Amino acid sequence: METFVNRIDQVGVQERVARLFSRSIKKESKINALHTVLSMIDLTTLEGKDSPGKVKQLCYKAVHLHDQFPSLPSVAAICVYPTMVPIAKKALENTNINVASVATAFPSGMASLEYKLNEVKMVVADGADEVDMVISRGKFLRGEYTYVADEISAVKEACGKAHLKVILETGELVTLDNVRLASDIAMKAGADFIKTSTGKVSPAATPPVVLVMLEAIRDYYKKTGKKIGMKPAGGISKAKLAIQYLVMIKETLGQDWLHADLFRFGASSLANDVLMQIVKQSTSVYQSANYFSMD
Amino acid sequence: MNKREDIKKTYKLYIGGKFPRTESGRYIKWIDQKQSTQVNICRGSRKDFRNAVVAAREALCGWSSRTAYNRSQILYRIGEMLEGRRSQFLDELILQGSSKKEAEKEINHSIDRLIYYAGWADKYQQIFSRVNPVALPYFNFSYLDPTGVVSAIAPNDSSLIGLVSIIAPIISGGNTVVVLASEENPLCAITFAEVLHTSDVPGGVVNILTGHRSELIGQFSSHMDVNAIVYCGNETEEIKLVQENAALNVKRPIVYSDENWLDKNTQDPYRILNTLETKTTWHPVGV
Amino acid sequence: MKTKTKKTDWFYSPAPESTDHIQINRKNDLFIDGKFIQPKKGKYFKTINPANEQKLADVAEADQSDVDKAVKAARTAYDKVWSKMDPAERGKYIYRIARLIQERAREFSIIETMDGGKPIRESRDIDIPLVSAHFFYYAGWADKLEYAFPGKKAKPIGVAGQIIPWNFPLLMAAWKLAPALATGNTVILKPAETTPLTAMKLAEIIQEADLPPGVVNIINGAGKTGQALVEHPDINKIAFTGSTDVGKLIMKSVAGTGKKYTLELGGKAANIIFEDAAIDQAVEGIVDGIFFNQGHVCCAGSRLFVQESVAETVISKLKDRMESLIVGDPLDKNTDIGAINSKMQLDKIKMYVDIGQKEGALIHQSSCSLPEKGYWHAPTIFTDVSQSHRIVQEEIFGPVLAIQTFRTVDEVIAKANNTPYGLSGGVWTDKGAKIFQVSKAIRSGVLWANTFNKFDPTSPFGGYKESGMGREGGLEGLMPYVNLV
Repeated sequence: METFVNRIDQVGVQERVARLFSRSIKKESKINALHTVLSMIDLTTLEGKDSPGKVKQLCYKAVHLHDQFPSLPSVAAICVYPTMVPIAKKALENTNINVASVATAFPSGMASLEYKLNEVKMVVADGADEVDMVISRGKFLRGEYTYVADEISAVKEACGKAHLKVILETGELVTLDNVRLASDIAMKAGADFIKTSTGKVSPAATPPVVLVMLEAIRDYYKKTGKKIGMKPAGGISKAKLAIQYLVMIKETLGQDWLHADLFRFGASSLANDVLMQIVKQSTSVYQSANYFSMD
Repeated sequence: MNKREDIKKTYKLYIGGKFPRTESGRYIKWIDQKQSTQVNICRGSRKDFRNAVVAAREALCGWSSRTAYNRSQILYRIGEMLEGRRSQFLDELILQGSSKKEAEKEINHSIDRLIYYAGWADKYQQIFSRVNPVALPYFNFSYLDPTGVVSAIAPNDSSLIGLVSIIAPIISGGNTVVVLASEENPLCAITFAEVLHTSDVPGGVVNILTGHRSELIGQFSSHMDVNAIVYCGNETEEIKLVQENAALNVKRPIVYSDENWLDKNTQDPYRILNTLETKTTWHPVGV
Repeated sequence: MKTKTKKTDWFYSPAPESTDHIQINRKNDLFIDGKFIQPKKGKYFKTINPANEQKLADVAEADQSDVDKAVKAARTAYDKVWSKMDPAERGKYIYRIARLIQERAREFSIIETMDGGKPIRESRDIDIPLVSAHFFYYAGWADKLEYAFPGKKAKPIGVAGQIIPWNFPLLMAAWKLAPALATGNTVILKPAETTPLTAMKLAEIIQEADLPPGVVNIINGAGKTGQALVEHPDINKIAFTGSTDVGKLIMKSVAGTGKKYTLELGGKAANIIFEDAAIDQAVEGIVDGIFFNQGHVCCAGSRLFVQESVAETVISKLKDRMESLIVGDPLDKNTDIGAINSKMQLDKIKMYVDIGQKEGALIHQSSCSLPEKGYWHAPTIFTDVSQSHRIVQEEIFGPVLAIQTFRTVDEVIAKANNTPYGLSGGVWTDKGAKIFQVSKAIRSGVLWANTFNKFDPTSPFGGYKESGMGREGGLEGLMPYVNLV
């Protein structure tokens, strides 16, 4: 396992976040940022009451964000439960929007490895382009890091060509030291992306957690030359916060990561707030949610 | 019956826990008021002072890292030893012109002053340290740290109580000291060194020189490895010189003028503070 | 996965703080006895914006007779009003000043940045908020002094002459004024000649607060004016923040006069990174330590010590981080590093950078471009240096860092203390016991463990050895302004 321990000081991270978040993004840089944010969204629905109808509506929204503004980018992906993969896949035919499926007994991950691998194979067979797995937090917190790493490697293998996002569920890991260690383990074990949260545990993606994960990605890149992607998920519903995350990416990882190939927002309501900001920027009039389709 | 001849004491310097003669080989003839006794006192030189500062610097780390409880006990021990040798001080004080009653009083006060500062050694930190409620997620505390090597010009008009009143607060706070004894009344100073020497005070913590104030005051105040200077007296020119020379390395000049050392008003913990530095430490509070 | 087309790079658009509502007085008189008056000789000097070399205003230069007038006003105010006032009432005036500064914070931030060159982010988020916090903190002490000094009564000293530097102009004014006023002293304040404007704005606030005339007097000028103040026979106390050289001159000048003094002088702080530190946060601490306020900070962490096992990582991360520092228009809200305060200071910094290179140290500078007009210096680090390099021994007071490596705890403590200065220090390790051991051993007045360059009104600040005498801030900050009886 990792022999070099990367220690994290919580207050120092919070101060760095505050400093990054005090950047003032105005005018052209703001419009560019808003467009970039849209293109990075994994439009998500992960509810027990999800139905084919709901997923189809969401897929339509993904393609038609706001038709009054034809030049807008589409979102990066739709993120759904395994059983919804065929529906999403069909709805997004002939678009460049990916279908991401959560897997490995999402959100708890409390299942056998065999169960998890079967689930992964199933969603990949159904056409999922991306797989969002959860790590075994119980094992991690017991110090069974090898188990966690091996599980990720096995899932990665099961993914085949599909991209693997590894959800750390940082709200359950609690400390930033754990977040950093889990990030290092996940990347080494084969993650294409590391992702903060399921959205089912509070707190979800917090800025300090995202910063620590970005720094882990940067260090891993410096060491191996491999670019790992990042996906904060949960609790990101405002354009302002999303832009602040872009600042964080730019100043931590650089321009290369300012792209949907390497950065995603897992969000359900962020897109509309971004759209409202884009319209506001071009009309100078503050907007109302009533003028933007829910999904 | 044969008359027995007394063994006379040689008055030497006290440097680094040893009793050397002055390296200069010079002496000052000291004669009591009744012209009955004559003593050769070392006329300390700037090189003696230099050696004493080296000794004090070497002793600083050890002394300042002693526990406060230990420093307190050692100061108390000095008091015990002084009590045990009071007859010797009585003789010397009388020889230096005190009445027996005055001498008794001075010894009593000197012992009591040592006990007073012995008690402070493990308390001033509690009274004058603090936790500062900063408006940031940090734990912030200030505590007192010794200023370092202190040079001191002891009061001229008092032999024992003045010397004790200067030394005690300096070492109570964990500093080491090089002190120039009273030029007029030097006898008790060297005898007090013998008390120190038998009181578990590590060598170099207190160094005592005798000699001419006018010759040594420039060195005491200008030495670049001295962190503070205590001056006792009210000679305007001397005070000015000390304060000017202090500027060379920003040493802290502390001046005590017109003090009646027998008065209890001349003892308080603020005198310990005079040769202490406030150190403030910040540390984040987080997980 | 379907990949997307690449986009062009994303840059921040300029985000300048607007200055349209800011009123800078073109002509600034002396503030004596509650009034703005012209200097006797009618001499004025100009103050410029170091970011573009444009003149901002004319400022009255006080000569001996003006100093006399100010001291007289302060003495009268001391005798007749301020020392006699009910302490609780005294406190209310100081509270009022704190509040007025909060209300006009934006104005103060902008003027501070224009006159001194520091980034608006710092004047807005650090300097000015701390100014009002300082007044607020000490205001409350005014009627509680009997609890501050057990066994003693605290009496005011009298008239204080206060000379402040150009690196934190208004903040240093607050550090000096607040405790002096709270303890019942009256004041003549002399700001630095390159940064007089916020102090003159403060004079407006002092008027607005109805502070009795003469309690605070503000005069401007260069060294000569300061000297007149220091040497004035009717001053009881000098408070100075500035260079060690000038501090020593002041000590000599007041020797034998019985004047009390406090000095806040230079520094060459060791910032020590152990191998078990939180490295990314330590790199931030290095950046805050040396590049905060363009390195114009007496407690700057200008000597970096990195344990050899992590030196390569730390230095490489530091170089990366330096690239993300935005150098430029101080009024831009995204600027990290503003203008050097004056041409004189810039020349001094450049001289030291030359010396460093001539001494054989390896220089590395961030690749930022510098504006044409104004005084600028790129963030600079030197590696391959040792204790005997001048850039390690002498205070540069600019964004220039000297990096050494070390192997053991004892070695680094010895090197850290191997300097005539002793203002501040930094230690970075995840191990609590090591923090206590090292911070105790470092001979300096402020020790930042796993952080650097943090300030608070409740926290005492001041140096050991040649870094000064006395403390400012906290309860200790009252001590220099009282006689204990």
